[in-house]
Parts: sequence; structure tokens; C-alpha cells
Amino acid sequence: MHDAETTATTGGGIADRKAAALNAFKDLARDPGVPKPDPILVVDNVVRRFGGLTAVEVNHVEVQRGSITALIGPNGAGKTTFFNQLTGFDTADSGTWTFNGRPMNGVPAHKVARAGMVRTFQLTKALSRLTVLENMRLGAQQQKGENFWRALIPSFWRDQEEEITQRAEELLVRFKLDAKRDDFAGSLSGGQRKLLEMARALMVGPELVMLDEPMAGVNPALTQSLLGHVKDLREQGMTVLFVEHDMDMVRDISDWVIVMAQGAVIAEGPPSTIMSDERVIDAYLGAHHDAPLSESELEAQLQEAEAALEAEIHETEGTTPAPGSAPEPETAEERQK
Amino acid sequence: MEGHNPALTYFEGAPLRRAVIAFTAFLGGLIFLLAGPAHAGPAECQGLRGTLKLQGQPVNGAKIAVTTEGGQPVKEVTTNAEGTWDVQVDKPGKYKVTLDVSSLPQNAEVRGGNNVRTPTVYEGNCSTVLYALQAKGAANQQQQEGGESSPFWTQAAQLTFEGLNLGLIIALAALGLSLIYGTTGLTNFAHGELVTLGAILAYAFNIGFGLHLIPAAVIAVIVAGILGYLQDRLFWGQLRRRGTGTIAMMIISIGVALFLRYVFLIFFGGQTEAFAQYTAQPGIEIGPISAAPKNFVAMGIELVVLIVVGFALLRTRTGKAARAVADNPALAASSGINVDRVIRIIWTFGGAIAALAGIMLGLSQNLKYTMGQDILLLIFAGVTLGGLGTAFGALVGSLVVGLFIQVSTLWVPPELKSVGALAVLIIVLLVRPQGILGRRERIG
Amino acid sequence: MDWITIISTTIKAAVGVETVLYAIGAIGLNVHFGYTGLLNFGQAAFMGVAGYGLAVTVTVMGLPFWVGIFVGLVAAVILAILLGIPTLKLRADYLAIVTIAAAEIVRLIFRSVQFKSVFGGSDGQRGFSDGFYALNPYPEGEYGFNLGPVPLLFGHRTMWVLTVGWILIALFSFVVYLLMKSPWGRVLKAIREDEDAVRSLGKSVFSYKMQALVLGGVIGCFGGFIYGLGYASVQPDVFGTETTFYMYTMLILGGAARVLGPVLGSMIFWVLLVLFYNVMTEAVGAGLITFLDTNQVGAMRWILVGLGLILLLIFRPQGILGDKREIAIDARR
Repeated sequence: MHDAETTATTGGGIADRKAAALNAFKDLARDPGVPKPDPILVVDNVVRRFGGLTAVEVNHVEVQRGSITALIGPNGAGKTTFFNQLTGFDTADSGTWTFNGRPMNGVPAHKVARAGMVRTFQLTKALSRLTVLENMRLGAQQQKGENFWRALIPSFWRDQEEEITQRAEELLVRFKLDAKRDDFAGSLSGGQRKLLEMARALMVGPELVMLDEPMAGVNPALTQSLLGHVKDLREQGMTVLFVEHDMDMVRDISDWVIVMAQGAVIAEGPPSTIMSDERVIDAYLGAHHDAPLSESELEAQLQEAEAALEAEIHETEGTTPAPGSAPEPETAEERQK
Repeated sequence: MEGHNPALTYFEGAPLRRAVIAFTAFLGGLIFLLAGPAHAGPAECQGLRGTLKLQGQPVNGAKIAVTTEGGQPVKEVTTNAEGTWDVQVDKPGKYKVTLDVSSLPQNAEVRGGNNVRTPTVYEGNCSTVLYALQAKGAANQQQQEGGESSPFWTQAAQLTFEGLNLGLIIALAALGLSLIYGTTGLTNFAHGELVTLGAILAYAFNIGFGLHLIPAAVIAVIVAGILGYLQDRLFWGQLRRRGTGTIAMMIISIGVALFLRYVFLIFFGGQTEAFAQYTAQPGIEIGPISAAPKNFVAMGIELVVLIVVGFALLRTRTGKAARAVADNPALAASSGINVDRVIRIIWTFGGAIAALAGIMLGLSQNLKYTMGQDILLLIFAGVTLGGLGTAFGALVGSLVVGLFIQVSTLWVPPELKSVGALAVLIIVLLVRPQGILGRRERIG
Repeated sequence: MDWITIISTTIKAAVGVETVLYAIGAIGLNVHFGYTGLLNFGQAAFMGVAGYGLAVTVTVMGLPFWVGIFVGLVAAVILAILLGIPTLKLRADYLAIVTIAAAEIVRLIFRSVQFKSVFGGSDGQRGFSDGFYALNPYPEGEYGFNLGPVPLLFGHRTMWVLTVGWILIALFSFVVYLLMKSPWGRVLKAIREDEDAVRSLGKSVFSYKMQALVLGGVIGCFGGFIYGLGYASVQPDVFGTETTFYMYTMLILGGAARVLGPVLGSMIFWVLLVLFYNVMTEAVGAGLITFLDTNQVGAMRWILVGLGLILLLIFRPQGILGDKREIAIDARR
């Protein structure tokens, strides 16, 4: 579980990792579902329907180990739903996928996380009434003190707790949250919560980090630092799969891009050229400008907007921001959804 | 939820107000209309009467003795072939009625064991004295069932009818509860008290002011609607504005329920009462079903009200707005619906139809300060079965609950009938957590 | 007016049998609602199955007292598991409705004529507490002291119940304190905040909720034992939904998610209730209040409970001991 952490320092320089990742993608075809040299995640025929609406229908897709892969697509393309299927937060109607060769379909969310596949959420789920440090500690795995009987006798778990705390504090320093360690997470700004959520995910010791719109709702001033942290993950030997709308960011940090539209993977390719791909232009522009939106697409968009709005309301209502650190306004991107 | 832009409000006040008035007038007129024939039924009467039935069959030849409160004998009667008895008295007041248990059929006993009742006779009115009879032990019951198939089906039809009757009453109350839940997120534990309130208001106008039950009921429904409006205006709406969480509001509603329930106890007392009219109607038989005409009329009113409300939800602007708000308040607000106004209308209607449910419940059973509390769980069961927050789900769920409760008494002892219904609720949630008509939620 | 009696009963109410049994029930509820955010409205049922488990084992089956306690405990655990399986995967408001329904089912079965030979119908069961009082170390007599002219005395039987009760309160409070300081308690509190986040961090939310439900139920069931032993009887209607609601009032009054919140809440609740009731009854008896009769005074105090609950949640949802920033009350569904 802690491999990722340890390889962080032993691994080669930044350029090496990036070069290695880019090298792996060098001669790949740009077809959807193209096989990768060393895939960490392999997905086959995943289908998810809501009533009559097919939200996800992915035939085949692979994610290369040690790379930063972006998952992009127009609104309602089913990216978040696809994330939910893979991480066990929603049950797929059919399909199989393997993580490190291990079949993961039907595995409940907490076991997916334990296997080393950890996600974050589009709308941050900071545990508002726990302190920042408690949030971090919660991420650690195989805690002796999380067993009911051993919890009753502090001497069983105290040493481990100290170890965890030390690891948490190192991460907090890296994410520049150390000054906030004893504050309630609810008092953090939107961007700080994103950082906390990412740092907390790292406490799990993941091999594959799945970030659902890591930049959504983040103050532009924090964007660069967040980008740096995402790049860092690769340098530490982790694989990153992230959903993002902002093409600048995708171009900046990703090694490979997978494009989804209407639930299916329609194209793959390197970030520099993907946006000039015919199919991608069709998906982004054609669907929106030439042809009217299909009934199902409209519904998908509506549903996503509803879910986002609702969650947003709960989030903003449910927190008690400390004076002077109100959450940042959502980006235009977010509001538009 | 709040904080919408008033400029976005395009729902005009006038049509809404007209709709409310029209609806209330319609309701009132309806009750008057439907009550006409029923009123002709019982003639002028001052005394005590009742019907003895064992498993739907009349009990003939049971002896009943009526004395004054002081023990002065008034009259002894025996029940006729229809199982009815009737004692006219000269003076209003309290009387003591004793059922001679030894004169009952061998296999019958009084449920609860108490064979003495002390009803009050009001001037110019007949009070019904209730004796619930049951078979002694399960062995006798099986004999009867094994005998022929037709009594079973007769009983099944009868129970289905009674189940529909109960289900419709539950549906009236559940509709308001469900809409309030959908629009405000409030799981209102005080909704049962709104049902009681309706019954007690009608009772107050009926007995206290001496109005006939029908105008009394109309006034009670209107007053309850106004109180529903005020409740939201002065209390729940204020809490929402303060940003009180849904769970906090749920617990507050428990406080409100306790508060109201015991206020009712102080003003109404702990005894059971009946309305002045329609208490003792001789049953009529339609096919295999026998029931007092008031039950048919009540069901008619309930059905019509439910259909009108359902139609209003589907077709009128306010109704559509209400469903939109129930579905997603934020989205509704951003598309220009005045959410606060819709919620207030829902509270008004919810209060009014809950009150109507209470009156109907008081008509088919009796009035007690806990009547709403007693039915609250069944209302919740109906709402939950149908899917929390979906108006039509609440209707379906309530009918299922009502039917299940009554029909299950074919196999389950009546005292445990609610157990079956609640167990079904739990089992359905196991299989289909979102309820019958509910929608699955999305995550992320 | 008999002020001596009023003062005496009021002070005794701070530590009395009712305070003890409700405090224990509320400690269990605190684990459910305060720390884990589980809206359990069926806490009375846990007390009920325990009390009846004890009563039926001893009176109907003729087994010893300790077996009865064991049966009661097992019954509470089974009830928790039966309740948990269908409800713990549902949203909070569904859980509330299902637990309330389950509690009602339990109560209706206890009071049914059908099972009268086992549970004793609406009269309940009595005559099962001899085994408990046989262990009483207090010789016959009155215990306590006089506070000036005010006698504060308990009989030896009550003393024994109270001793056991307060030891249990201390024990359970300590257990809750230890657990909530531990990583185990941290997971519970995190579940209260956001289940999905906890899942994404590799914890089995269902398992922890079930553990919390069982723990709170088992703690609560001792409240049922204390009831049965303190009053030497169990009756079905004592374990109705209102009992659970009163426990919520106490919990919120004292402070949810605070170790001593439920204990303090129960003490204050009963002191206020007893004081109000005694003063009012005396006043009615002495003819000082003419617009109420004694029955209505009984109703008046529950009106005050309702009012108190409303005002508390509006103006001080964190209760007496709570930290406004860290209350479960405001957690959204």
C-alpha cells in the first residue's frame, strides 16, 4: 500500500517519469480502446442505463500505468457516471473491468479503495465537522484502532496513530495546509477543500488516483499549485485518471486523453493533437451547433445539472464557513452546468 | 430554497387565489350535495342504538340492558335479525349500557372483554354504542372458513371495501405530507396532529356551536387550511429562512406533535366522542358488501377530492409548479417559480385535506385526541411505500396500506393488522428502497 | 402547599430510577444519533425487548435472573441486526420511519391478546425481579440524609437499583468516551458527515453503522432492564414511541455528541418535569389554580416538553454541553 509513497523519492527525476509516460504512448494508434503497453486498468463493455437513457456504454478502454490520463467530453457524456461504475459507487448493468489484473466489477466502493484505486468527488466531500488532521488520519488504511474491541484499549493503537499523524502532517506541509491542521474542515475555502480531499486520498496509499474535476470551483490563484500536485502524483509513481473540462489544463498536464461522448469512448490520443481530431470536433461542436440535442442527451444534461445543483446547495448550506474565509465563488464552468 | 428573485415570479396572484376559492367552494358544495340523501336516512331520534356483528354477520337475539347513570333501569332489548337494537330515551344525559354476554352466540366474545358502555345521549340525537365482537379462539375461526368458500369471499369483498375506505383516508393525509416533504424536505411528525385538528375542529363546530356536521366539516376544513397557511407563514417558513437543517426540523416537528397532542388533550379530554350526526346508520347491502351509507358517501367525497387534487397537480400551473418544486427546489427557483409561495399553497392544501381526512376518520371510527398519532405511522407507511416526496406514489402507497391492513385480517388477528402493514413496509424497502414510484438517486 | 415534599421529590428526581433508565437509553441513542447520525426512532424497542426478554425468561420459562439478562441482551443484538439489514443502506429519513415502524411492531406484539400467555397482553409481566433483589447488599431500611428539614431518603430496594444504575451510567459513559477518542469513533463521526467520503477511503460504512447500531442498542437495553427491575414489572405501552422522543429531548437538551450530554439532559429533564408537576398539582389541590384539573396538569407538562424541544432546537441545538460548530443536528441528508 505504501509503495507509492516510498517510490516517490527513489524514482528518477521529473523528466524521466514524464518521458517514460510519453514514450509509452509514442506509437499508439488514436482509436478508441487502443491497447496500452502496460495497462493498470482495463475496461470491457461497461453499460449503465437510467430508465431508457444509456448513460455509459464503453466497449473497451485501457489506462497506462504511471501516466496522467485525462477523461474529457461534453456535458452529459457520462464521465462521472463512468467514474462511479469503476469505483463501486454505482452498480453497472453489465461489463467487466480489471485493476492490476484483478476483476473489480461488483466490488463495493470501500474494497475498490482498499485495492489501491482511490477517487475524489466533483463536489468536494470534506468532512466538515472533523478537523483537517482528523480528515487526514481517516484516510490511513489497516488501522488497529478502527476495530471495535481494540479501540477500547488505546495502547493497542497509539503507536500506529502517531505514525499516521506524522505521515498526515508531512502531506499537509506538502499541500500547504499545515497551518490549518486543527481547524474544522468546514471552515476551509473551496480550493483548500480540494487540496485536503486530494491529500486525504493519498493517505490511503493509492496506485491509481481518480480525480473528478479537480479544478472545478477552485480559485485561479490555487490552480497552479493544484496542477503541480497532480503532476507530483505521477512523479511519485502513481497513475492518475482525471475528468476535466478545462482544455488548457488538460494540455498542460496530461500524457494521454480519452474522449467520451454520449456514454461511449469516441477517440483517444495525445493532448496536443486530440482537439483537432474529427470525431472530437463533431462531439463538441457538431452535437451542440449543427444538430439539435437528442432527447436522451437533454435528459442526461438535465439530470446532471439537477444532481450538481442539489449537491451544491447541500454543500453550501451544510458548512459553517469561518469569518473571512468564505468558499470561493464557483467558476463559470461549474455554474453553467 | 429561499432568496429567489421576486422579479422572476411570473405566477400571478389572482388565478391562484381564484383556484383556492373555487376548490374550497367545490369541496363544500360537494359535501352538501352528497350529504343530501344520507341526511334523509335517520329520522328524528333521541336515544341509543347499535349493531352487533360477528365477522360481518349480524348477531340475533343478544340481550342489551340500558340504565341511567345512577342505575335506574330504562329498557331491555334484544337485537333483531339484522343485529341492530334501539332504545329511545326521554332525557339527554349519560346512560349505562350492558351487553349480556351469555346471550351472545357460543363462539362470540366482546373484544377487550368489557361489556359495559357509558355513552352520552344529546338532545335530538342518537348515539351509537359500539361492541366489537370476535370469535373465541382461533379454532372456531378455522371451522367457519373451512365450511364453505362463499363466506370467505364475502368477507374478502367486505374487507376490501373497508380497506379502500381506510386507504382513501390515509391517502388524503399522505398527499399533504408527501408534498410538504417534497417541497421543504420536512418529515413532519406533526402531520397526524393536523388530522386530529380537523376532526376536533369539526367536532367543536358540530357539538359546541350546534351546527349540522356538514357545514361544520366545511368550516373545519377551511379553518384548517388557514391554520396550515399560518403554520408555514409564521413557523416553518421562518425556520427555513434561518437555514434550519432538515433533521433539526424533523425533531422540531416531534416537539410540535407532542405540544399539539397534549393541547388537544386539555381541550378535548381523554375520552372518545362521536359527531352528532350520522353516528348510527343502519347498514345497506350492495352485493357482498354491507356498510352504512355514510361510508359510501365518505368514500365518494374522498375519491373526488383526490381526483381533483391529482388533476390540479397535473394540469394547473400551480400544480405543475408544486411538482417542479418537489422534484428540485433549486432548479424550480432558478426557472422562475416562486418557491415560497408554492410551499405556502401546499401547506394550505395539505392542512385542509389532512383535516378532511380527520373528519372522515372521525365519521367512520370515533374521535380521540390520539387519533392522528394512531394513524400517523400508516400515513408514513403509505408515503414511504410510494416513494418519499412523490405525490402519486403517496396515493398508491396509501391504498396499498389500507387494503393490506383490512384484507390481512382474513388471516391475521385484527389487533395485529398494523403489524402486517408495517412489516410489508420494511420488506418493500428492502427490495425497492426508493419506494414503488420513487426514482433512484445518482451519486457524485 | 407542601414545599418540603416538593423540594424532596424534585431533588430525588435528579438521581431517581427514571433519570437513570432514560439516561442509559439516551447514552445509547447518543451513539446512534449524536455520533453516527443514525436517526433511530426505535430506541424504546431496544429497551422493550430487553425488559421483556428478562421478564419472560424468568416468569414464563422459570429460568434464573442471569439467564434473563443474557436473553434480553441477545434480543437487543438480534433486534439491532434485524433493523440494520434493511435500513442502514437507506437514506436517513427512511431509517427514521422504518425504526419507528419496527418499534411499533414490537410494542403491538407485546400487547396482543394472541401472545398473552407469553407477554401478558396490555398488563405486561411482573414478578421477575426477585433474583435481582436477592443480590441486594443493603439491609432493609432507609438510606440518605436530611438536607435541613428536607428528607432525601430512598428505600433499600430503590438504593440497590440506583447503585447498579449509576454504576452502569459511569461504565457506559467511560466506554463511549474511550471509543469516541479512538480511530473507531473517528470513522463513526466521519460517517455522520458524509458516507460516500468514508467509502472512498476504504472503510465499510455498513459494517460501522451496524456496529454503532448494536452498541447503542445494547447500551439502551440496560435502560429496559433498569425499568423492569426498578418497577418490578414491564408493560408494553411504556416502550412506545413517545419514550424514544423523550430520550431525544434529553439528548438534545444535554448536548448530542457529548459524552455526558445524555446524562445531564436526563437529570435536568426529570428535575424540571417533577418540579413543575408537583408545584402545579399542589397549586390545583390548594385551589390556587382553578382553570386546570390534576389530569390536565399531567398533560401540561408534556406540552412543556414539546415546547422545550422546539425552542431548544431553534435557539440552542447544541444543548448545554455542545460545541455549536460540531453538532450532528445540522447535518444534511
